[in-house]
Amino acid sequence: MHQFLQQIFSGLAAGAIYASVALALVMIYRATDLVNFAQGEMAMFSTYIAWTLVNAGLPFWAAFLITLAVSFVGGMAIERVLIRPVENAPVLAAVIVTIALLLIFNSTAGWLYSYTVQDFPSPFPDRPVFGALITTRDLGVIAVTLVMLAMLFIFFRFTATGLAMRAAAQNPESARLCGIPVGRMLAIGWGLAAAIGATAGIMVAPVLFLDPNMMGGVLIYAFAGALLGGITSPVGAVVGGLIVGVTENLVGTYLIASQLKLTVAFALIILVLVFKPNGLFGTAIIRRV
Amino acid sequence: MEKRHVIAPATGSPGGAGGAVFGSNSAQWISILALVVFAVALPFALSKYHVFELTMVMIYAIAVLGLNILTGYNGQISLGHGGFFAAGAYTAAILMHRYGVPYWATLPAAALICFVLGVLFGLPALRFEGPYLALVTLAMALATPQLLKYFDTWTGGQQGINLPKPVPPHWLEIDRDRWLYFVALMALLIAIRIAANILHGRTGRALIATRDQPIAAVAMGIPTARYKTIAFGTSTLFTGVAGALAAIVIGYVSPEGYSLFLSVSFLVGSAIGGIATIGGAIVGGLFIEFVPNLANDISDAAPWAIYGLAMLLFMYTMPRGAVGTVWPWIGKALMRMGPHKIE
Repeated sequence: MHQFLQQIFSGLAAGAIYASVALALVMIYRATDLVNFAQGEMAMFSTYIAWTLVNAGLPFWAAFLITLAVSFVGGMAIERVLIRPVENAPVLAAVIVTIALLLIFNSTAGWLYSYTVQDFPSPFPDRPVFGALITTRDLGVIAVTLVMLAMLFIFFRFTATGLAMRAAAQNPESARLCGIPVGRMLAIGWGLAAAIGATAGIMVAPVLFLDPNMMGGVLIYAFAGALLGGITSPVGAVVGGLIVGVTENLVGTYLIASQLKLTVAFALIILVLVFKPNGLFGTAIIRRV
Repeated sequence: MEKRHVIAPATGSPGGAGGAVFGSNSAQWISILALVVFAVALPFALSKYHVFELTMVMIYAIAVLGLNILTGYNGQISLGHGGFFAAGAYTAAILMHRYGVPYWATLPAAALICFVLGVLFGLPALRFEGPYLALVTLAMALATPQLLKYFDTWTGGQQGINLPKPVPPHWLEIDRDRWLYFVALMALLIAIRIAANILHGRTGRALIATRDQPIAAVAMGIPTARYKTIAFGTSTLFTGVAGALAAIVIGYVSPEGYSLFLSVSFLVGSAIGGIATIGGAIVGGLFIEFVPNLANDISDAAPWAIYGLAMLLFMYTMPRGAVGTVWPWIGKALMRMGPHKIE
């Protein structure tokens, strides 16, 4: 029983990371109707920026905030410069652009920082608490994720920009007629997604160690989490990410050798989706002829 | 909110913008005949290594053609076709290695097995669309190397399987590489002919209708579920045969050759060549085979960054793919050359 609870808590910590990246994916999906396959690599690149800053002698949290700011601006720039040309192209063309971005970020990071695995400092000490149920590091990761979620909730619920962004995502034409600069809102959406990803990357790097392929697995689990929760639902993304984190951990501990862990975890997720094709919290897509 | 289309919807007659490479126009036939003659003569002018490369181009073209049927004509995005490529490859490898089946006889077997697998996979996939289907197929692509390693009594696990080298017929007196080139060329031509027959007839129109206007298609009496399943099976059949051919030509299979990257390459090749076209598959095959090497020549520090930039360049200049963008233009030029047809 104790081990079971331990696995659940460490699953929640991993799930918090998946939930953050899933949330970033959902934000971009709602705004531009496309899955950003480069989300993980963008986060990885941000983490390298943080790593550089920390190595240059900055205190951890200062490096963290600067990285978030840089990522936000970078995400906006990517949307304005690279995604905008395919804004009205078929979805597949836009998807190919994000896959291209994935390759570019991965390769550039390998070129700039080499493929050597690097240590990344954690701001939280790593020692067990609450009768060894959870470590302080996992607790810290979960806390940072919760704070981030709360801030996003407040932003979207109570600020004018947040409202404008929701309008731009839901109905671009009407939003434009109301005087909302839809293009700028999309760019902010990408910026926020990049900053959320950066947070996830920095939080996960002490556990996974930093290398250019660090976020590959995370992106896939986050994608699964986003879809499990329903790709149109931010709440769903968070819940889905947490479920995926816990499932992955439990499957790995109790069901099967880690060789087939990924396969079994995916099979379970797909089984759920067979019965709930729009995810747990997603809304059905209504189509007209 | 109106959903964006996965693929640009067809306009005009399905034979036109839908991408008629094998039309009825006589000028087109002449140019195709010239291309075939060129393709037959080509291997005798090239080194063995270049012949091998071109063989791989044709094999990738068959795989991409399979994906085009599913993604291009039916609008179902698959990130898992590397898995079916692997299924075909291992079918050929196991049959040749364990049972001593001749290499040519493994192709129909791979076709059958991959068709059945595709239909079985396509049935649950009916419930999914857009990013959900992408996830399900992505899961398959990720599971493929793991499963291949897990069932090692059949697949040889990590070590993979070495295949016996195919022997060209004695009366032809050509070496193995050139013979395999012709095997791949035959397979490609047959694949194109079959795809053209399927896509430019009733089935093709039904697939396109299902892609662009699913509800209207149902209202018109098109059994969309059946057509989607057929599209899946046909698509994986093509890709599986390509996988078997690749195994025969390379003479070796191992789990590492069938990673997620292969599946992504197929989708990239498909989008860059021209997703709802048949000729685009060949451009896609060229891209998959040559661009990684070219990128490596340009910068061996960050080759995939160059590859990514090439992808961006293609998508910005030709969002409908090379053939999808260029072909209508060539088609018009050919129309002007050939006998006039009133449309």
